Amino acid sequence: MRKVYQEISQIAGNVITVQATGVGNQELASVEAPGFSSLAQVIRIEGDNVTMQVFSGTRGVPTDAEVRFIGHEAQTPFSDDLLGRVFTGGGVPRDRGPALDEDLIPIVGPPVNPARRVIPRTMIRTGIPMIDVFNSLVESQKLPIFSVAGEPYNELLARIALNAEVDLIVLGGMGLKYDDYLFFRETLEEAGALSRAILYVHTAADPVVECLLVPDTCLAVAEKFALGGKRVLVLLTDMTNFADALKEVAVTMEQIPSTRGYPGDLYSQLAARYEKAVDFEGAGSVTVLAVTTMPGDDVTHPIPDNTGYITEGQFYLRNGRIEPFGSLSRLKQQVNARTRDDHRTIMNTMIQLYAGFRESQEKQSMGFRMSAWDDKLLKYGELFETRMMDLAVNIPLEEALDLGWWILAECFAPQETGIPTALVERFWPAEAGARGVETLAEAAPAE
Amino acid sequence: MSLRAGRVKGVSGNLVTVEFDEAVSQNEVAYVRLGDLRLIAEVIRVRGRYADMQVFESTAGIRVGDAVEFIGELLSVELGPGLLSRVFDGLQNPLNVIAERHGFFLPRGEQTEALPRDQVWEFAPRAAAGDRVLAGDTLGVVAEGIFEHRVMAPFGLAGVAEVAEVAAAGEYTITDRIAVLRDASGEELDVAMLQRWPVKRPIRCYAERLRPTDQLVTKMRILDTFFPVAKGGTYCVPGPFGAGKTVLQQLVSRHADVDVVVIAACGERAGEVVETLREFPVLTDPRTGRSLMERTVIICNTSSMPVAAREASVYTAVTIAEYYRQMGLHVLLLADSTSRWAQALREMSGRLEEIPGEEAFPAYLESVIAAFYERAGAVRLNDGTVGTVTIGGTVSPAGGDFEEPVTQSTLKVVGAFHGLSRQRSDARRYPAIDPLESWSKYGSIVPDGELALARHVLSKGHEVQEMMKVVEEEGTAMADFVVYLKAEYLDAVYLQQDAFDPVDGASSSERQRHVFSLIARILGADMAFQDKDAARSYFQTLTQATRDWNRAAMEEDSFAAAQARIEAMLSEVSSDA
Ligand SMILES: Nc1ncnc2c1ncn2[C@@H]1O[C@H](COP(=O)(O)OP(=O)(O)OP(=O)(O)O)[C@@H](O)[C@H]1O
Ligand SMILES: [Mg+2]
Repeated sequence: MRKVYQEISQIAGNVITVQATGVGNQELASVEAPGFSSLAQVIRIEGDNVTMQVFSGTRGVPTDAEVRFIGHEAQTPFSDDLLGRVFTGGGVPRDRGPALDEDLIPIVGPPVNPARRVIPRTMIRTGIPMIDVFNSLVESQKLPIFSVAGEPYNELLARIALNAEVDLIVLGGMGLKYDDYLFFRETLEEAGALSRAILYVHTAADPVVECLLVPDTCLAVAEKFALGGKRVLVLLTDMTNFADALKEVAVTMEQIPSTRGYPGDLYSQLAARYEKAVDFEGAGSVTVLAVTTMPGDDVTHPIPDNTGYITEGQFYLRNGRIEPFGSLSRLKQQVNARTRDDHRTIMNTMIQLYAGFRESQEKQSMGFRMSAWDDKLLKYGELFETRMMDLAVNIPLEEALDLGWWILAECFAPQETGIPTALVERFWPAEAGARGVETLAEAAPAE
Repeated sequence: MSLRAGRVKGVSGNLVTVEFDEAVSQNEVAYVRLGDLRLIAEVIRVRGRYADMQVFESTAGIRVGDAVEFIGELLSVELGPGLLSRVFDGLQNPLNVIAERHGFFLPRGEQTEALPRDQVWEFAPRAAAGDRVLAGDTLGVVAEGIFEHRVMAPFGLAGVAEVAEVAAAGEYTITDRIAVLRDASGEELDVAMLQRWPVKRPIRCYAERLRPTDQLVTKMRILDTFFPVAKGGTYCVPGPFGAGKTVLQQLVSRHADVDVVVIAACGERAGEVVETLREFPVLTDPRTGRSLMERTVIICNTSSMPVAAREASVYTAVTIAEYYRQMGLHVLLLADSTSRWAQALREMSGRLEEIPGEEAFPAYLESVIAAFYERAGAVRLNDGTVGTVTIGGTVSPAGGDFEEPVTQSTLKVVGAFHGLSRQRSDARRYPAIDPLESWSKYGSIVPDGELALARHVLSKGHEVQEMMKVVEEEGTAMADFVVYLKAEYLDAVYLQQDAFDPVDGASSSERQRHVFSLIARILGADMAFQDKDAARSYFQTLTQATRDWNRAAMEEDSFAAAQARIEAMLSEVSSDA
């Protein structure tokens, strides 16, 4: 029988301190009192003073609550029985299914040896031209959607998940609105994908600190399936809630904040999770798609800023569209050389011209007279936005590339695009204008 | 080197407080015992009987009372033949060896010899009994890939020593004795190829430091022509996330005309190291005809690896760089990203509850950064040969704002500044180095006059562009408009470079000089156009023609043809070209 400690000497925020001996750093403890039960994790030891963060929060904790150290760090059940189930971040069932308490695995494991990683080479097709053409998603990529509250980021996440050819989907919800949780569950169910999905959900109504467990649990389970050869897609929404929970604990611990109240180790904390995205040599892979809502639509806010420095690109979702500027897939060059010879050129040229369009648009809004060139750019931008950027467009990559050529040909002479002569000769639509971009787009209607 | 004991008294993050009985030294290495594991740590503060130690591994599970062994040595690395083409973690554990033993993951408490003990090297003596040598002088050589690897008198040797004995030519392992030295006091010292050196102490076994003057050609036009780097110099690459710091470093690591490249992947993505790791062995170095890996050492402490070891990783890297400089080689150290190392310092400083400076970085940040870049340099060795260490570090400023402490501290000490701009990377103008903000104190490969002209066009063109945002294009004078178009042209065909094109991706200094002289003629030419649309359309065509030129190899007919076309276009519109 483990020793019980019944004298909490300090309670502050979601952190408690007890006098105890023989306790390991980061070990778990159970904290029990009438009407109160929670797990807690050791975050600091000074002599006999053991300080813990309490996952369910400390509201109502009496100083004589029973604290028992469990003798190990956080664990979660792992087996095929997880499929189709819904749990809390701590692995407790949220659905009516049975509790699973065998085959436990630690949720924080060692990092992957970089020497055993391989270069990702498989494109994940989404049917969204703004992704497939301009910022291809790649298996084992870690990539967040940057967005403000109110944008359809969870819809986008679900759509990519259902289009992607993966074996398994692990959804981690942090501070998820209950409606959004139901949306995910229903969407997966309707698509017949629930049986290959596992949901770990912390809702907005649950204690804040509990969401700290969600990413680790999701990623530990995903990693284990990947080692078994599965291609796993992990969806994490919303990582801003996770970061805010970290901040809350840091503030309670009186750590000196670095920028805007966030702890100095925010980068390392986020990186430890995102870096779990991996392509194992000779086994499966973990791809991580996350949502980072930007407080105040400010990309320099510490959460999106640190995230951008960690992930392999980001999709900016703004006004219901994936913005061409700022959006980036850093792994695109691993795959877009082998799709079609014109892929990279279309990708670069269309964006460069779109930058020109934005400038002309700005001049127009200031009431400047438009030159002939401005007029061309304005027409181009309009076509690009309606035919390609609209999230409703759902066409395969090859069709999207063709569409790109048609839009260019509709608006410009070849030399105005700066495209190398060799490619112009091969791909420039011969009867440009005759057929017209509208007809082509109609031939491939949005789904 | 005595082993002394201590006991854990507290744990907070990767800081462990240890009670000790016998004297310990600042920065001494100790091991925390966790069951069978030995976790490596370093003393970073001593107060009374307590030492605060940063643990270079995860501290999960450490308990009060756990045993600690102080080993009486500073954090050190192994130096000897066999470093090239290897991949180490920040503490110099060879990652491939660990992968063979442990599979996919990096276990805790792993201490593996950096250099293989069983490999034999063909040794040729270069010193003879009776010779007098100083620390760092050559005793013999072995062939390490394409290099003559010098086996040197220990760097810690004090004063002049006499060679008592040198091994005969033959095969030896790195731990075999290859010489005996007798120091001033008559003490005899066995010398092997392998020596250990504390990473935070610069290797200074040279006759004098020289001013860096020779150009380090990177084959990137915007660098070599506009913001050059000298061998033995320093530069930094700050930029917001995704602006292209890492891609720039990867390109430089391939094309730079140096002998050895040491890559320190410090707290960044593992995937980026993997690209180098997997691609270099199959890429040929045009200078030597051998694989690029043979001239490369990778120190890799990526973001999910232990934070405290990030600091160690940059020092491990620079020590290895200095080691090869001692052989009269030109070494380039690329550190990506120095901000992660600064953040590790900040984390530790916070745990030590030191008084924080700006953005909670410690007050000594600036001096630590300065001391690191000071380890670059061109030196004349005792035998007259010259070796260099060039350091290029990326900086990842919070919010992309260059006013933050790490960028500012770095700018004070480096010789060149390659600032990346979000605006340019958003517009896909790669490499996204801002041509108006960046600077270099080193000399360019093109003539000063041409360069000054190009700089003038760039800044004037920018002014005109800004002006056109206020007054309409119509209200802009024709002459000004042409300068703006010239600036855009220079940007499109020279500053921008397509890293993925086999020809455009790497431009030799000869090619840069050749191309730049024609471009300078275009920039300097008086041009007459009917109207602005005609001018714009002319420059669009010229841009395309020049980009085609950029894609033609110099020795191909298409190169001369493209050039002729551009020259013809130039004479169409200008009288004095
Ligand atoms: N020279 C280039 N040519 C073409 N694409 C480039 C170039 N430089 C950067 N890019 C594009 O930008 C992406 C991001 O570049 P990179 O990874 O070098 O950014 P970074 O500045 O190192 O960012 P971070 O600070 O987050 O590490 C690349 O994956 C690539 O798609
Ligand atoms: Mg980078």
